[in-house]
Amino acid sequence: MHKVILYRLLQFPLVLAVIYLLTFLLAWVAPGNPFVNERTLDPLVVESLQKRFHAESAAKFLAYYPYNILLHGDFGPSMQYKEWTVNDIIKSALPISVTLGLVAVTIAVFVGVFVGTLAAVRRGGVLDWSSLSITLVGISLPSFVTAAVLLMLAAATRALPVGGWGTLSGMILPGFALSLAPMAYIARLTRVSMLDVLGSDYIRTARAKGLSKRVVVWKHCLRNAFLPVLSYLGPAAATTLTGSFVVEKVFNIPGLGQHFVNSVLNRDRTLILGVVMVESAFLLSFNLLVDVAYSWLDPRIDITAKVGG
Amino acid sequence: MTYAIEQLAPAALRPPEPREAPVELPGVWGQALRSRRVIVPGAILLAVFLLCSLTLPMTLRPSSAFYYDKQNNNAVRQAPKIRPVEAWLGYDVLGRSILARSLLGGMISMAVGVAAAAISVVLGVGVGLLAGYRGGWVDSLLMRVVDILYGLPYILLVILFKIAFEGPLTRWLGSAQANLVVLFAAIGLVSWLTMSRVVRGQVLQLRGQPFIEACRAMGLNESRIFLRHILPNLVGPITVYATLIVPSAILQESFLSFLGVGVNPPMPSWGSLASDGVAQLSPVKFYWWTLLFPCALLVVTLVCLNFIGDGLRDVFDPKREAAKI
Repeated sequence: MHKVILYRLLQFPLVLAVIYLLTFLLAWVAPGNPFVNERTLDPLVVESLQKRFHAESAAKFLAYYPYNILLHGDFGPSMQYKEWTVNDIIKSALPISVTLGLVAVTIAVFVGVFVGTLAAVRRGGVLDWSSLSITLVGISLPSFVTAAVLLMLAAATRALPVGGWGTLSGMILPGFALSLAPMAYIARLTRVSMLDVLGSDYIRTARAKGLSKRVVVWKHCLRNAFLPVLSYLGPAAATTLTGSFVVEKVFNIPGLGQHFVNSVLNRDRTLILGVVMVESAFLLSFNLLVDVAYSWLDPRIDITAKVGG
Repeated sequence: MTYAIEQLAPAALRPPEPREAPVELPGVWGQALRSRRVIVPGAILLAVFLLCSLTLPMTLRPSSAFYYDKQNNNAVRQAPKIRPVEAWLGYDVLGRSILARSLLGGMISMAVGVAAAAISVVLGVGVGLLAGYRGGWVDSLLMRVVDILYGLPYILLVILFKIAFEGPLTRWLGSAQANLVVLFAAIGLVSWLTMSRVVRGQVLQLRGQPFIEACRAMGLNESRIFLRHILPNLVGPITVYATLIVPSAILQESFLSFLGVGVNPPMPSWGSLASDGVAQLSPVKFYWWTLLFPCALLVVTLVCLNFIGDGLRDVFDPKREAAKI
């Protein structure tokens, strides 16, 4: 077990290096220049800027930045926000996104699993139908619509603060908006896998032995029915914790999500690489965590078998 | 699997063909088409599609009252009313009929979904089949590529792809067409990953089945086994996942429209209409029709598509019988 975790951890730098190179390649071949925007600059100025950012050629870029990352953990200055380093941007934005993401993931898991389980237990009932249709609509509406409508509702009723960041009550609305899509998905996943588990023999045995329905459902069933949710949760949590562009834009939150989109639109190559590395690191760690949690929830699953590939 | 066994059994051993119901479609396809969970949403979907496609001549002709970009200066943000017909769903901020724009937008959104599904079927099935059937280093190489593409944020891929190819294509096709083609391709190219994994898994599972071994033992050559015995068994999962790719592609397009890198204005799509509607939201005055109608059409279509996908999955995957409503 420990050997597997160690083996996977040792793979991390290799995978990250491949992702770095690929992202660099994509960002480099994309037409457009980070130093040319609405204001036309003198070619000499552009040239000197390129020199300052080590961006005259792909070789020069790759000769400078990867070593700095390896030696000092330094992603270099942002090509768009020239007074900021990429590290500073990530350092100021990531904690906000992670906090908001944690709120959202917590809401999504608890509500999603609860609703999904109830729907499975009362299969075919009113609760099943209504939760199924609500989650379907939830999956089908674009997130910018749900977030904006929530914002308007809050503004109209003056129940919650509608923007900004820093207070606990200001976290509720964006956290809820961010949790909606994963919540709907988790509810659907839980319902389907719960139905599978509810029909299995060991559940009938547990009931026959006289355990109450509540204990059987919430303890025996859920432990197994949670596995598919868990494998969805790995990548979903990674993307949620690194910020969502839509929710951050609608609620005006200075998180990392906006940089994913803006850096690409600005061809801010150093920042693109920075945010992609952060997300990839999150993704890799969460997938590892999920695999570990898998074998903890269901000891029959042997993740050591995966090593050979 | 019954398919393959029938192929193998001598004619005399086969059970006699049932004669009483010759009209009914055979096998799982007939079952799929008879399932109420597929028929009802399918009919709604067909109705929306027909409505959007049959009105195309009107929404695209500049002289028509239904022209998608016809700006009516007297009707800016006017609420829905009974007459004229193009005012049924109200007008947007430039005085354009939301009905006309929703009809053309629906066409574009559905085209994005179908194109993405088609690209994913071709790419995903190709890669999945190759990886699963060849195995060995081909398999590990292709699956690592898929893993890495999964790791890259998809928004990065889509936007970079659009930036890279839109310019060159515009010279060939004209700007509106190039924009749409690149959008189709960009969304399709990020949607095939799941498909390739599913197909690979299925092929790996099928390869170990006794009936494939029997085919080998009978001396059938590889291409025949592949085309006649493996491929037909894959049609089910491929259909299911292709159906589920359509709604997710439509949603991705709406997200791109919200970012401003979707369809080029004044071209509409349901996503761009919804994002225009969101821009009209304010606590002071609520122009609800600019948001509600495009969103309602979007939701109805996506819910139907998801229903069909789930319904088909229940038919094709008997193990998940329990998930039926």
